[in-house]
Amino acid sequence: MDLLLRFVIGGSVVSLFSIWGDVLKPKSLGGVFAGAPTIALATILLTAHKEGAHFVAIEGRSMMGGAVAFFAYACVVSFTLMRFKPSALKCASLAMPVWAAVAFAIWAFWLR
Amino acid sequence: MHMSLDFGKLKMTTPGDYISRFVFGGLVTVAATLIANRFGPVIGGLFLAFPGILPPGLTLTEKHAVEKKAQAGESGTRFGRAEASVEAAGASAGSLGLIAFAFAIWKSMLIYPLLPSLSIAFGAWLIVGFSAWWIRKRM
Repeated sequence: MDLLLRFVIGGSVVSLFSIWGDVLKPKSLGGVFAGAPTIALATILLTAHKEGAHFVAIEGRSMMGGAVAFFAYACVVSFTLMRFKPSALKCASLAMPVWAAVAFAIWAFWLR
Repeated sequence: MHMSLDFGKLKMTTPGDYISRFVFGGLVTVAATLIANRFGPVIGGLFLAFPGILPPGLTLTEKHAVEKKAQAGESGTRFGRAEASVEAAGASAGSLGLIAFAFAIWKSMLIYPLLPSLSIAFGAWLIVGFSAWWIRKRM
């Protein structure tokens, strides 16, 4: 039941932010919504209720590492798309290891 | 710098696009929860900033741009990919806001109740994300 609720809340939050991203002009401004804290907003309320504030605070600290990795990933995707013009899906999917590498490097050197 | 709302864009999005975004968003949220449950908050927290919804978002942007050019009888492949690049650049500004959001959650959750903490964090995302976009636009 908890996972179903998270699925519905997560889907709704992502859809809402996507719509805002679609309607805002210029396109780069709409893109800011692609970096919105959608997953966090969808989960923190339920997580805080179930696990407590301390658990969420620890998640917040780690999330900083994930967000730095997101920044590196988005820069690589943007540059590659502009410079080499591959398909967006291929580029954004194949660049995913950039996120993983930066996130886990931060985990290894700071969070662990 | 001209900013506006273009609700006509919503007509280009098909019901299938809305459903796929909803399902993708739900699945990424559930996956982040399962990872936090299995590996704890240190690893789980990393996945609160997982860019899982960016690939489908950029694909949709490319698709819409190509369709727009096709209506004018032109090939829009390169234009579509450039549009997706611009959106990814915007996402990089949003991700700087995400760092501020996470910092605010980390520091405020043990001091303030949940809703004020979330409000502070969301405000931090808005201010830093849009400031980063604005500064980048002026460079």
